Amino acid sequence: MNMQTTSRLTAAETALVEAFGAQIGELPGNGAVIGTRDRLLDDLKKSGLPTRRIEAWHYTDLKNLLRVLPDAATVSAIDPAAPLVEGSKVLSILQGTADAKAAVDGVEIALFRDRLADGLAAAGLTALDKDDAIGRINGSFVRDGYAITVPANTELDAPIELQALHGAGQVHTRFPVSFGAASKATIIERHRSVAEGSALVSSISDIALEDGADITWIILQQQAAEDTHLGQIRVKLGTDAKLRLFVINAGGKLVRQELRIDVAGEGAELTLRGVNLLGAESHTDVTLVLGHNVPNTNSTEIIRNVVFDRANGVFQGMIRVAPDAQKTDAKMSCNTLLLTDDGGFSAKPELEIFADDVVCGHGATVADIESSHLFYLMARGVPENKARAMLVNAFVAEIVEELEEEKLVEALEGVISAWLEKHA
Amino acid sequence: MLEIKNLHARIAEDGTEIIRGLNLTVKAGEIAAIMGPNGSGKSTLSYILSGRQDYEVTEGDILYNGESILELDPAERASKGIFLAFQYPLEIPGVATMQFLKVAMNEQRKARGEAELTTPDFIRRVKEAADKLKIDQAMLRRPLNVGFSGGEKKRAEILQMALLEPKLCILDETDSGLDIDALKIVADGVNALKSPDRATIVITHYQRLLDYIVPDTVHVLYKGQIIRSGDKALALELEENGYADIIGEAA
Repeated sequence: MNMQTTSRLTAAETALVEAFGAQIGELPGNGAVIGTRDRLLDDLKKSGLPTRRIEAWHYTDLKNLLRVLPDAATVSAIDPAAPLVEGSKVLSILQGTADAKAAVDGVEIALFRDRLADGLAAAGLTALDKDDAIGRINGSFVRDGYAITVPANTELDAPIELQALHGAGQVHTRFPVSFGAASKATIIERHRSVAEGSALVSSISDIALEDGADITWIILQQQAAEDTHLGQIRVKLGTDAKLRLFVINAGGKLVRQELRIDVAGEGAELTLRGVNLLGAESHTDVTLVLGHNVPNTNSTEIIRNVVFDRANGVFQGMIRVAPDAQKTDAKMSCNTLLLTDDGGFSAKPELEIFADDVVCGHGATVADIESSHLFYLMARGVPENKARAMLVNAFVAEIVEELEEEKLVEALEGVISAWLEKHA
Repeated sequence: MLEIKNLHARIAEDGTEIIRGLNLTVKAGEIAAIMGPNGSGKSTLSYILSGRQDYEVTEGDILYNGESILELDPAERASKGIFLAFQYPLEIPGVATMQFLKVAMNEQRKARGEAELTTPDFIRRVKEAADKLKIDQAMLRRPLNVGFSGGEKKRAEILQMALLEPKLCILDETDSGLDIDALKIVADGVNALKSPDRATIVITHYQRLLDYIVPDTVHVLYKGQIIRSGDKALALELEENGYADIIGEAA
């Protein structure tokens, strides 16, 4: 029995409901979209924001952590930034608004606000399940983004950067992306605060890889110290599709990144890597729900976390192997460097295996810097603070180096060392 | 250059005493061999000299150029010129070898008040030293010691030694795990560094290495003490008769 009542909305929940009311008639969408938005908001209102009693949110009690919503502040004009990787095609979303002139050769790009207006977006706007608070919030409020189609057999010679920049206020974006058969591309989804004040950002990427597509998708979250970031990526992998998904959290006060992955084609391969750089009083949660749903697929998941100050981190990793998904090979690990007595990290790996001929494993470690490594570097004359920084950097850089594109590796290493210099 | 006086040291964690009243003097320009059976305290001595915090000195002193170094951390000792070539060089994933070499060289220079190396100068030095030790450039592009064979790791240690130009070199069982060709390369590398203002301590179990790195003095370490000192003839005597006789005499 659901004990939550609708009459006891928190300030943040009330603000969400009121914000929705205030934006009626203003949020883009045809009748179908408006109907869907209304149902999502209604569900949100009934259930409230999830608490620790909802298992999927046990370590991130959103109702208690998200107490106030930022005001819909007026933000002065934001200019696009240089791309993370030189030469990338930038698709910018500035304070939640996509660029009508954005174009990339050989790729079909539509504005998500147009998809809302013509109703094509309505079907995808739904929540994934009854606990999908991010789906509900985003579906209720989303205004814009890009709908991208990379045609079959297209190989992009430069990365596409989805550059979401914002200041204070609320920003809700969406990126449905379809990769045609045997296409090849690198996408960098970059969320970054560029102005003062706190923001609430929700963003959902909904990506489908057709047969044989070979894709690298990077999520780089660099929100400001007071921001809430609710991210979700929905992934479907076709036959022989390959996805390298890298998630890097290097900002935000309250962060939840959900990775909902459906391995739906035989021979598909997922490489998931996560780097969480956690400092100050932040709370960062990466939640993976991975379904191996057909035979002969494999995946590896490695999450590396560095915890400073009073930061807290969470990794929930659920791998479900469907009854007929024989020969699934899945390996998950979550390693944490805990460099403080006041912070923490919770890792909750879960395997639900219904097939009998599979290789699945998981492991989690929490440790301080290896003293023998520290001694080795110091014995060569590297002072202790610098030696520590090198080892922390190495712990996460090792993951990034797996990406083969040299410029991308360099850029991400730059982000990591800049963060560590500021926080360590 | 190095004077160890009545040194007593124990494992910090459990208090086990390993070094029990050790005395040893090594002069500038000297190559001193320290030999002894397993468990006699050879590696511990090398760690204590380089400042590893897992050990506590409870009595005695270590003077380096007349000054006690007991209060200095490993990095400070390194920048004063003390170098330990590890018996088992550690693999450190994620730390690029070249970056590590550059940081180490420049940090030592900074600590000594010298100017940092320019990148071209640094690269030239590494290349020259690596060529002499037959170290492949591809090896230097890997993370530090990661995936190196035993012999490659030992050569990489000597490369670091050549680049850092220490004044007191401590080689801990540098011969272990090396075939004869690798041993010759490593020994040549060490001999190339021999100079009147540099001292070397060669810690070894076997006489074999001493055919290539010829010691001026040989010291036998047993139960944390030097129980016998001599010249290179002592090493040959040990090779023939083993440690039993000397240990028997000392007991």
